[in-house]
Amino acid sequence: MDLFEYQGKQYFARYDIPVSKGDVAVTVDQAVAAADAAGYPVVVKAQVQVGGRGKAGGIKLANNADEVRTHAGNILGMDIKGHVVKRVWVENASDIAEEYYASFTLDRGAKKHLLMLSKEGGVEIEEVAATNPAAILMLHIDPVDGLSAAGAMKAAVDAKIPEKAQQGVADILVKLYRCFVEGDCDLAEINPLILKPTGEVHALDAKVSLDANADFRHPEWEEFKATEELDAREKLAREKGLQYIGLEGTVGIIANGAGLAMSTLDVVNQVGGTAANFLDIGGGANADLMASALEVINSDKAVKSIFINIFGGITRGEEVAKGIVEALGRVDLRAPIVIRLDGTNAEEGRSILANAGIPESKLTSKPTMLEAAEAAVALAK
Amino acid sequence: MAIFVDQNTKVIVQGLTGGQGKYHGLRNKAYGTQVVAGVTPGKGGTDVEGIPVYNSVAEAVAATGATASFVTVPPKAASAAILEAAAAGISFIVCITEGIPAQDEARTYNTLVRDFPKVRLLGPNCPGIISPGKCNIGITAGEIAELPSASGPNVGIVSRSGTLTYQALYELKQRGIGVSTCVGIGGDPVPGTSFIDCLREFQNDPETHAIIMIGEIGGSAEEEAAEFIKANVTKPMSAYIAGVTAPAGKKMGHAGAIVSGGKGTAQGKMDALRDAGVKVGQNPTEAGSLMAEIVAGLR
Repeated sequence: MDLFEYQGKQYFARYDIPVSKGDVAVTVDQAVAAADAAGYPVVVKAQVQVGGRGKAGGIKLANNADEVRTHAGNILGMDIKGHVVKRVWVENASDIAEEYYASFTLDRGAKKHLLMLSKEGGVEIEEVAATNPAAILMLHIDPVDGLSAAGAMKAAVDAKIPEKAQQGVADILVKLYRCFVEGDCDLAEINPLILKPTGEVHALDAKVSLDANADFRHPEWEEFKATEELDAREKLAREKGLQYIGLEGTVGIIANGAGLAMSTLDVVNQVGGTAANFLDIGGGANADLMASALEVINSDKAVKSIFINIFGGITRGEEVAKGIVEALGRVDLRAPIVIRLDGTNAEEGRSILANAGIPESKLTSKPTMLEAAEAAVALAK
Repeated sequence: MAIFVDQNTKVIVQGLTGGQGKYHGLRNKAYGTQVVAGVTPGKGGTDVEGIPVYNSVAEAVAATGATASFVTVPPKAASAAILEAAAAGISFIVCITEGIPAQDEARTYNTLVRDFPKVRLLGPNCPGIISPGKCNIGITAGEIAELPSASGPNVGIVSRSGTLTYQALYELKQRGIGVSTCVGIGGDPVPGTSFIDCLREFQNDPETHAIIMIGEIGGSAEEEAAEFIKANVTKPMSAYIAGVTAPAGKKMGHAGAIVSGGKGTAQGKMDALRDAGVKVGQNPTEAGSLMAEIVAGLR
């Protein structure tokens, strides 16, 4: 789950990482109130999860309430690369002496944490990596050892952070690492990490991505979920506990397992069709989940046929079949189903479907993935 | 022969008294796997259809001499269960648990590397391992795996995706091709066992004559495997990479499967594997057909 900048800053503040004084606003009046509280001059920043906000006119400096009113009015509702701005973050403007970069991620290849630290901040780190890779310190951290204050100081020195800022950067690194680990982030990034003329080091931006698997130990994440931007189909799927991604095609896809679901998309594409979605009903899917999956697919008006591709492991064929029968009784499916069912208890599942009295115009069964894909694509044309 | 597990492997099930643990533990036993004990804290002294249950892995190991464990406990408890097994002397741990936080996985993996370097973890979030006719640990339906033939050729399977592991087994069974061992390494960010670990074992296993590898988008594990294949694998291989049509920037189901910043694409992975001499299919069935051609050439 990706956080908006303002949420990232609020998350940082929980770990004592210094951020600018500010507040979030959804109306112009709120923006003015936030600016009055933060102290002028302020920066009004569009809250969207896409890069290039500044260039699009989504970040503006305001010296007084009137300017806040003008900028917030322009930015709220603005469309930035297809993302409509619903909120602005208004914060006290900082004087900047220097800009650095710091982030923690998990390096999957090395199976260790990775600190990236650079004295070249304020620009896209990918750009620095391409033009001046030597300017980025990449340091692997063993998750068992963690990052000590001394380790952070050494990193600041090695990254050639100017001496006057080293202590401040090291302090923030230790806090950011704690946020990354205890806060269960996939990514915790500060760009720019600024040095003020007064000598303090401070996070001017926040990019945080949270690991959904750690949801159970973070009740404070509830408020972040409320602002997630999903389309109507994705919202319905989320409520039902399904892994769903909306796409543009006409063949609705339901499969168990991410790999098989991706493969199903590939095969549909190869035989000349287009997938309307990615939907993984996961391991151990039961009748109720299958019925929910069909409801979600049915809510997509573009769907002309539904391809259910199940290879049972932990998922049992008879549960899948029961779910389909139940769903056909519960929802009036607009599109016909083509099913391919194999693996655990597939025989039982197939016989449940065969004996349920479902007309062939509504459901056909195919023995292989390719044949099922061909049938589903033919029905969608 | 087979890799990692065979008919002599004694297995305990951590979580045998839970719904999934009982279902799959009993299925593994029915397949012929030596499932010798279960472990559930507080339920020691009971049994699950004749399989004795102990309070701790240490007690189960002392009583049975087990060397492998099947961990099927909820995400919150999985890391502790894995480390308990390692500390009790289990040398091969299969963890099927889905949904373990990445930070826990990273810590657990590195703890194993440091404190129990001889212990192999398979998973988490994997379907498990099956050496057909000998041992099945995990959630694979045993009947879809073709038995290896004494005269060969037999194929080893290694896969990052759960259900595509079954699909690969199925493709070989349809063609009557025997399987030496099938390993599902799982698609999580920090898998205990990598493609390379399995490829090395298959290369050294006299009963394995060819190898199928099933990868997916995201990360760089397939590219690293391709490098390893180029330098070390002489046995013929076919492969399939899922996610050719996946849009960039979208997480396809689990943390592993995401194309970001133009990296981790299916095309890049397929190119790397082809460059290493692997025959790459456009779908699982094609990878199966390519393997059938390889096997025909070996006969």
